[in-house]
Amino acid sequence: MTGPLVTIDDITCRFGKRTALQGICADIAPGQVTGLVGPDGAGKTTLIRLIAGLLRPHSGHITVCGFDSVGQAEAIHGVVGYMPQRFGLYEDLTVAENLNLNADLRAVTGQERSQAFERLLGFTGLAPFTKRLAGALSGGMKQKLGLACTLIRPPRLLLLDEPSVGVDPLSRRELWRMVHELVDQGIGVLWSTAYLDEAERCGSVLLLNDGKLLNSGAPRGMTDRISGRTFVVRGLDPAGKRLVLDRARQRVGVIDALIQGRNIRLVMAEGAAAPTANELEAGADAAVEPVRPRFEDAFVSLLRGQGLTSNTGALPQGRTSETPPGDPDAVVEARDLTRRFGSFTAVDRISFAVRRAEIFGLLGPNGAGKSTTFKMLCGLLPITSGTARLTGLSLAEAPALARARLGYMSQKFSLYPDLSVQQNLEFFAGAYGLSGRTRREAVGGMKEGFGLEPFAASNAGELPLGFKQRLALACAIMHGPAILFLDEPTSGVDPLTRREFWSHINAMAGQGVTVLVTTHFMDEAEYCDRVGIVYGGVMIATASPDDLKEQARTPDLPDPSLEDAFIRLIERHDRDRKAAA
Amino acid sequence: MWTRLIALIVKELLSVWRDRKSRFVLVVPPLVQLFVFSYAATYDVTNVRIAVFNEDAGAPSHDLIARFEDAPDFARVLHLGSEAGIAEAIDSKEAVLVVHLGPGFSRDLLAGAPARAQLILDGRGSNTAQVVMGYATSIINNFNRDWAAAHSVPVLPAPLIERAWFNPNLMSLWVVVPGLVGILTQVVALVVTALSVARERELGTFDQLLVTPLRPWEILVGKIVPALLIGLAEGTVIVVAALFWFRVPLVGSLLLLYASLFVFLLSIIGVGLFISALSGTQQQAILGAFLFLVPAIILSGFATPIENMPEFIQALTLGNPMRHFLTIVQGIFLKDLPAELVFARIWPMAAIGFVTLGSAVWLFRHRLR
Repeated sequence: MTGPLVTIDDITCRFGKRTALQGICADIAPGQVTGLVGPDGAGKTTLIRLIAGLLRPHSGHITVCGFDSVGQAEAIHGVVGYMPQRFGLYEDLTVAENLNLNADLRAVTGQERSQAFERLLGFTGLAPFTKRLAGALSGGMKQKLGLACTLIRPPRLLLLDEPSVGVDPLSRRELWRMVHELVDQGIGVLWSTAYLDEAERCGSVLLLNDGKLLNSGAPRGMTDRISGRTFVVRGLDPAGKRLVLDRARQRVGVIDALIQGRNIRLVMAEGAAAPTANELEAGADAAVEPVRPRFEDAFVSLLRGQGLTSNTGALPQGRTSETPPGDPDAVVEARDLTRRFGSFTAVDRISFAVRRAEIFGLLGPNGAGKSTTFKMLCGLLPITSGTARLTGLSLAEAPALARARLGYMSQKFSLYPDLSVQQNLEFFAGAYGLSGRTRREAVGGMKEGFGLEPFAASNAGELPLGFKQRLALACAIMHGPAILFLDEPTSGVDPLTRREFWSHINAMAGQGVTVLVTTHFMDEAEYCDRVGIVYGGVMIATASPDDLKEQARTPDLPDPSLEDAFIRLIERHDRDRKAAA
Repeated sequence: MWTRLIALIVKELLSVWRDRKSRFVLVVPPLVQLFVFSYAATYDVTNVRIAVFNEDAGAPSHDLIARFEDAPDFARVLHLGSEAGIAEAIDSKEAVLVVHLGPGFSRDLLAGAPARAQLILDGRGSNTAQVVMGYATSIINNFNRDWAAAHSVPVLPAPLIERAWFNPNLMSLWVVVPGLVGILTQVVALVVTALSVARERELGTFDQLLVTPLRPWEILVGKIVPALLIGLAEGTVIVVAALFWFRVPLVGSLLLLYASLFVFLLSIIGVGLFISALSGTQQQAILGAFLFLVPAIILSGFATPIENMPEFIQALTLGNPMRHFLTIVQGIFLKDLPAELVFARIWPMAAIGFVTLGSAVWLFRHRLR
């Protein structure tokens, strides 16, 4: 086929006062995966809905397979397959009923239907599950069913809106395999994602940020621009790596510095030389080596190049937390933690301990039990059996005392949107029992440290994302907690905001705060000192990210990613389980 | 503990007040409803159109008809020229009542014999017809009495004279407005509590509260007190409007009124919290609130008298706090209900409140633990 499948010509779309997309021009080619990459709120879903003819742009035109998206939306629906976020399934219908319904809707009947079902059930491996309710499928299987439903009548263009969110890495890999098969048949695929590492697998990438198209073209084109500018500092002393990170950040010419397992990754400005290990005072064994650039490095350097630097300067301090009593090697301790919902065991005898000042990550796909574990640890969910202790205190015996020592921040930020920044801070100070001068000092310190003073009178709901995140963190740490619980704190957030957030977290760990974080971002897991991998309700491994990668190293795979390691562990776990059964 | 509770209460009041939409909901609809309901929900029949078909030419018949024409409740009196006009006037709703005086009316009267006046009513509006019938009867009674006095004819031995107590002019405004003190505060208190927890669940702030050292009962008190304050404020506004705008007399004790409003609100807030403990989203909470509100109002005696309901439904109404409060509020406003009778109504509300609050607390603990 020649020529693009989709032509997007100067599209602008507004919702009320907010501009969701501005002046987008791009093409989508057949026979390849085009990645629509960007953080939450960048405009990905809006663009997909515009292409599918479900929304009307304020200005500009979209042509899909020769049809105009406004005037000929009906014709577009005939040639486009669209899988919305959360897969668009009827959860109370079985797999077969979902397929039948979609076949009915698309008027696929008779032999054509039975052939399509045979093809799709084989393709997705769902054949054994046709009688199961869609709601009872795992995330990965739901996603396959969602895909099958959109493929009943083979489309010329397949629109996938965040198909891989919260799906385990194994299923994610499966999905990519299936999508590549479709691409080989000449179908054009638009794959939207907030995971930057997925961009590298696409034939072409549309990089969206804040409603604007930052870049389009092959991902190699993006990473090539910064080739020779990415480095990794190896051989660091684990205890001192955060100090080295701070020094690296402050050097002129360093665009980006972040912790990656035991190492520090650096992205240098154009023309700037990488610092030596000596200059970073990184220790005798340290060495700075060049490394292949990642898509995320390129994205960050692009954003920073636009002057979109976010403040990663002075770090605010919580009220200095006194060294908590109890065992410094088990500030957070789970022993045989179990949670059952009816007959379903969501968490099965999970045990681990987190050391003081350690950043510990709970990593796992949605539904694996990581959130359940997390909620039991911070007292949001009753424990069926086993014990959870925070600084030696049991949540069952001394809940209020134990909770006073923890700070909690969730993905939703959990702020009162109609209260001002000042009122939010005052409220959380009061909720932790701070009053009088202590409260004034705590609130003042947080405003100053997080640069919230100019916004003190603004409603929390109207803050820009980065400041919302700062305020949420401020509210969580104002009382000087010994332990910080973070529930998917940066999922879907743009990389700069995420970096800023982690710089705060690193600073807190540097002050002796113990951090427990859940995530399904592999690269976020790399910021942790140790991760516990939760899969199917059990903890299948606890180790540092580097040790996990080390375990996965084979002659075929000399430099495995954390995701490779994760998949290897899951496969081994499934094998062992089968062998045992 | 006080620091934490005060922080909670301040937060709750601020978030209700600072949200433009919820502030609007608290202020505008109750006021609009107060005025609309007060003027619309009236049982008084005024501005009625009637017709007369007078076949008699004598002075007495003109005198009687003049009395109908002068009556303030009748807006217009239509004079019909033929018997056929009667049916037409009623059919076309030109008149609710037709007064028909036969050709021998004056003659019979002057002869000292019973004279007949026929009243024809439109039965399609049975309530209105009854009221109009009452008006007409009293006009004719007055006419009879005056005629008897003037012509020294023996009158009926015991003429019936009606006088309504506590509301001498039987103004239904006096009944409706105090009732609205109950109805409107109930709506506001219920919606505020039912929505607040669901809203926090949606925002994720409820989890955030649960990980602070706040104890579950502190969180509940932090929800109850603001709703109580808002309910009392709303009630005060309506009481003030009743006294100074609608000029409803307040005969009884204001203190007793507030004491019962307090207990009433607690029982309603218990229901609100119960609903919010069950619902995960604001949408469910709103549905739950309406599921409770409609029967609560219908079974309160506000719209239709409880005495007219079947026995078992009458028993059911005893579990409705609104029913008890309505009796109290109307009693205190209009007839200085004595304290012991007020308390006889307060304790059932307290019992209901104990049950609703208790089950809300239980449900919260059950869903958290």
